Amino acid sequence: MSDWPLWEVFIRSQHGLAHKHVGSLHAPDAEMAIKNARDVYTRRNEGVSIWVVRSSDITASSPGDKEPLFDPANSKVYRYPAFYEVPKEIKNI
Amino acid sequence: MDNVLFEYLLRSGDNCLILSQRLSEWCGHGPVLEEDIALTNVALDLLGQARFWLSYAGEVEDAGRDEDKLAFLRDTRDFRNVLLVEQPSGDYAHTTARQFYFDAWHYLALGELSHSSDGRIAAIAEKARKEAAYHLERSVDWIIRLGDGTEESHHRMQCAADALWMYTGELFEMDEIDRAAEERGIGPNLTALRAPWRVQVERTFAEATLQVPAGQWMQRGGKRGVHTEKLGYVLAEMQFLQRAYPGSQW
Amino acid sequence: MATAGIQTNPDEFQERIDAGIKIEPKDAMPDAYRKTLIRQISQHAHSEIVGQLPEGNWITRAPSLKRKAILLAKVQDEAGHGLYLYSAAETLGVTREQMIEDLLAGKAKYSSIFNYPTLTWADIGAIGWLVDGSAIINQIPICRCSYGPYARAMVRICKEETFHQRQGFEIMLTLSRGTAEQKAMAQDALNRWWWPSLMMHGPSDKDSKHSAQSMKWKIKLFSNDELRQKFVDQTVPQAEFLGLTIPDKELKWNPERGHYDFGQIDWDEFQNIVQGNGPCNQERLQARISAHRDGAWVREAAAAYAQKHPRGARRSA
Repeated sequence: MSDWPLWEVFIRSQHGLAHKHVGSLHAPDAEMAIKNARDVYTRRNEGVSIWVVRSSDITASSPGDKEPLFDPANSKVYRYPAFYEVPKEIKNI
Repeated sequence: MDNVLFEYLLRSGDNCLILSQRLSEWCGHGPVLEEDIALTNVALDLLGQARFWLSYAGEVEDAGRDEDKLAFLRDTRDFRNVLLVEQPSGDYAHTTARQFYFDAWHYLALGELSHSSDGRIAAIAEKARKEAAYHLERSVDWIIRLGDGTEESHHRMQCAADALWMYTGELFEMDEIDRAAEERGIGPNLTALRAPWRVQVERTFAEATLQVPAGQWMQRGGKRGVHTEKLGYVLAEMQFLQRAYPGSQW
Repeated sequence: MATAGIQTNPDEFQERIDAGIKIEPKDAMPDAYRKTLIRQISQHAHSEIVGQLPEGNWITRAPSLKRKAILLAKVQDEAGHGLYLYSAAETLGVTREQMIEDLLAGKAKYSSIFNYPTLTWADIGAIGWLVDGSAIINQIPICRCSYGPYARAMVRICKEETFHQRQGFEIMLTLSRGTAEQKAMAQDALNRWWWPSLMMHGPSDKDSKHSAQSMKWKIKLFSNDELRQKFVDQTVPQAEFLGLTIPDKELKWNPERGHYDFGQIDWDEFQNIVQGNGPCNQERLQARISAHRDGAWVREAAAAYAQKHPRGARRSA
């Protein structure tokens, strides 16, 4: 089984939301990973579409870069609608 | 009672029930967790189908027997499954060969039954056919992987394919029940399924680098209740509680 | 996946935990935290896998087709839960293969409850009701534990687990409303599974060697004794409803504490079973060893096939 690589599984539910990471599993190749994902992660009707990605193919942001990556977004309040003043009598905006 | 219909339903129900019982022996003992889970899904599908067929059989018989009475209180001679499905699970190659031979036939048979003149049969078959399509996809996949895997797996897969071959003829046999069912549009001409089944086997085995077994002599009898010795043990285990505590609710 | 070796300042790490920030796989973490988690998660995974066996015994003997389907689905869920947990542990840099080897070599532990035999059908009811009941009480807090992948796996497991206890209780209910023989069967199962279920929450707080640090790290949120008390309090009225007697003469409601008092657990028995002397330790392990050994050629074949035929090379059927 050391030869069966690890795969990350993403499932799109019936409600039209995007694929969501649900867990991982082992499979010898992509085809069997899809089948295994179907059998392991949709036993309760959880999905209508499956993606599998080899875990080793995922590039993740480094936790050490958290501050430079994500803190700058904190200061851009003008990106949010609540930042703007709209007079009470104005509707539909 | 409509005996043809009753017998016909028992055959479908018993095939699913006994194969499911065999597959469920693997639960907790599979070769890898993912496969343990996947094979149990097949067992669950077949068990669900068995319940539909047997419930309907009980209604047709109209003698107060429900799915459980039919499953747990009939003896070997009254079971109508083909011999193939009662064969022991053996190693994973035997389980795979048994499953592939059955799935390839089951998928075709259910396709025909989904056009049955009997609406209830057509509805059950329509639902079951989708499940069988996936079962077949899986068993084709495993035949190929084991056949074309390692030297050992190839050898095991070929042995299993050969050993179970003699139980495949019965799937296409037509007796008086089958003929009567065909005349009434209830079920298909099973003999006509042999050619497409054979195509599936040849194509799959070719890709799996396996030889299609050459044996001509076929075992028969399951559909008439003349089984291999193994079924008695399957039933002894399956029926134990209902036999030991007659009339109880569980 | 693992990034062992990143040095962590234990105080900073503890501050993050105290602030309720989840620890994720690539985050720096103290080695002891990683090791404790691997031990705890893999033990938990092993318990699910070994836990398939005592109930799996009865799949082929279930007394009705409905019960057979339910039991199959339940034992299958346990395989799934084992899989989710092994995956969570794998994010810490250990492979499933390694964890399974440790289990099969007798180096890793699993829940001792599964070393007791399932002798009658009522045991399937008792396991669902009591053993899964205990497990749920232990597991729900872990959905909030500090390690992200473990917490997420537990959320999924707890969601799926809810039917397990109910199906067990339903079996017990049916039996206790059935014939005299069936009711006796139910009582006998309760007699045999009650004490082992209390042991499932682990040694008493004063004897629990891992507890304090694990609670600080929030990979354990309540003490063993707290969880055990909760289990007793919620189960006693259920037993009364069933008309069954809990096998503990000292069991009685304590209005001052607002809890049930209960008798002494036989910790000697517990320790012996943990050490491998339970009635089924050997056969449980042997069953896992056989499954793994007999499955080796299948796993190798599938891997060999994938090597020979890189993706997309074939399509049959």
